Amino acid sequence: MYDKIFPPKKLVLPNGKLVFEKRSRTPFIFALILIAIYLSIKFTGFGFGVLITRWKEFFYIIQEMIPPDWSHMSTIWQPLIDTIKMSLLGSILGSLGAIPVAFLASSNVIKNRLIVFATKFFLSILRTVPTLVTALIATFIFGLGTFAGTVAIFLFTLSYVGKLLYEQIENVEMGSFEAMESLGMNRLYAFRYAIFPEVLPNYLSTSLFCFEGNVRYAAILGYVGAGGIGLLLNEGLGWRDYAGVGMILLILILTVFIIERVSEYFRKRLI
Amino acid sequence: MNAIEKQLYASPNHRRYIIFITSIVLLLLIWSVTTIDLQNLESSGVKIASSILSGIISPDLQLLFTFTTEGVPYLLVETISIAFLGTVIGAFLAVPLAFLSASNVVPSPVAWITRFFLIIIRTIPALVYGLMFIRVTGPGPFAGVLTIALVSIGMLAKLMVDAIEDLDTGILETMTSIGSTTFEKIRFGIIPQLLAMFQSILIYRFDMNLREASVLGLVGAGGIGAPLIFAMSAYRWNEVGSILIGLVVLILLVELGSNHFRKKLVRG
Repeated sequence: MYDKIFPPKKLVLPNGKLVFEKRSRTPFIFALILIAIYLSIKFTGFGFGVLITRWKEFFYIIQEMIPPDWSHMSTIWQPLIDTIKMSLLGSILGSLGAIPVAFLASSNVIKNRLIVFATKFFLSILRTVPTLVTALIATFIFGLGTFAGTVAIFLFTLSYVGKLLYEQIENVEMGSFEAMESLGMNRLYAFRYAIFPEVLPNYLSTSLFCFEGNVRYAAILGYVGAGGIGLLLNEGLGWRDYAGVGMILLILILTVFIIERVSEYFRKRLI
Repeated sequence: MNAIEKQLYASPNHRRYIIFITSIVLLLLIWSVTTIDLQNLESSGVKIASSILSGIISPDLQLLFTFTTEGVPYLLVETISIAFLGTVIGAFLAVPLAFLSASNVVPSPVAWITRFFLIIIRTIPALVYGLMFIRVTGPGPFAGVLTIALVSIGMLAKLMVDAIEDLDTGILETMTSIGSTTFEKIRFGIIPQLLAMFQSILIYRFDMNLREASVLGLVGAGGIGAPLIFAMSAYRWNEVGSILIGLVVLILLVELGSNHFRKKLVRG
C-alpha cells in the first residue's frame, strides 16, 4: 500500500542491473505520531502554562513529606502486615490454581480444541480487567475488607501465571511425554512425570515474580476499600497529612525493596 | 549394584532443602490465612454478583455506541490519549535518566544514585502520584497524563539501561579509528543499535499505561475509571457492563497490536 503511493527509488548498478530501494517509512510514522500527540493534547487539555505556573505545588507536597512523621509507625504495622498477607495468600493460591488452568489451556496436552480455546479466552479476559477494577467488583460482592483484596490478587495471579505457564508447557519437548504415553500412562501421569519437572523452575520463578508485583498492587487496593495499607494512604492524602503519607510511603518502599531482594535471590537460584 | 543404580544414588539429594522450603511456604500460607475475615460477607453478595453478570450480558447499548462526551467511545479515546501522551512524555524523561544510570556511560557512583532514585519513583503507587498531581492541575485528564508520564519513567529507564549496557562498543572503536566525529558516532553507531529495542520497550509500556490510565479515573484523573466507579456505586449494572466490555475489548486489541509490532521489530 505504502509502496504504491510512494514508488520505490530505482537504482542502476554499475553492471546494469536495476534494483529498487523502498522509500523510508520513518517520515510517515513520524507524521502519524505528531498527529496523535496533537490529538491527545486536545483531548486531555494538556497545557504547559499550567505546568509552569503550578509545578511548585507538586514539590510542595514532597517537601511536606520530608521529614516523615515517625509517630505514625504504630498505626502502620497492622495494615502493612495485612497487605503482605493478602498478597501472599492471593499469590500462593493463584499460582496453585494456575496449574490445572494452564494444563487445560495447553494445546499440546489437551487435544480438544474447544476446551483449549475457552480456557485461553477466559485467561485473557481475566488478565485484561485491571486489578483495581477486579478489587472494586470484589468489594461489592464480598464486602469491604481484606477478603475482597485477596480475591482480586488471586484472580490476577491466576491469569498471569496461567498464561506464562501454558506458553512454557506448549514449548516443551514432547518426546518424553509421548514415550510415557506409549508405556501406558494416562495424560495426567505423563504430564506429571514428563512435562511438570521441566517447567517447574520457571513456574516457581514466575510465581515469585508475580508475588513481588502483587505486594505493590496490594498497597493500593485499599483505595477502593479492599483492605491493607491503601486505606491509610487514602485517608492521609484526604486529610492532607502529608508527613504521615511520607512515613507510609517510606515503609512501603523499604518493604517492597526487601521482598524484591529476597525474591531475586531465590529466582537466581532457581534458574 | 549396577551402573544405573550407582548413577541414581550419586545424584545430589535436595530432599531436606525442599522440605525446609516447603514447610516455610506452608507456615506463611497458614499465617496469611488469618487475615481473612468473613464478617463483612453479606448475603446480598450473591445478588450483586448475578446482577453484575446480567449487566455484562445485557449492556447499555446506547451508552456503548453514542459518540458524545458521555459515551463509552469518547471515554476510551480519552483514556488512549492519556496513555499515549503520558508514554511520550515519559520516554523523553526516561532516555537521559537511562543514560545516567548505565554503568558503561557514567562513573558508577552517579549510576548508583540514579538507580536508587528510579527505584523510589517506581515503588510509589500510581494512584498516589495521581492524587498529588490533581493538586497541580485540578481533576481531569491532564493530571492523568502527568501521572502516567512519571510512572512510566521507572520501568522505561530500567529496561532501556539493559539495552544501553549491551551496546557493542567495538563498533564505536571502529568508527573512532576511521575518523568519525562524535556526532557521527552517535548517529550511525549508537542510535541504530538502540532504536529498535527502545521502540519495542515503548510499545510495551504504552500497553501497560493503558491499563494504568483506565484505573486512574478512580482518583479523578480522567479516563474511563470515574464513570465506572460512579455507575457501580449507583448500582447501574448495565452501564457497568457496557464500560467493562469497552475496556476489555480496547485492552485486548491494543495488546494484540503491541505484540504484532514488537514481533516485527525483533525480527527486523
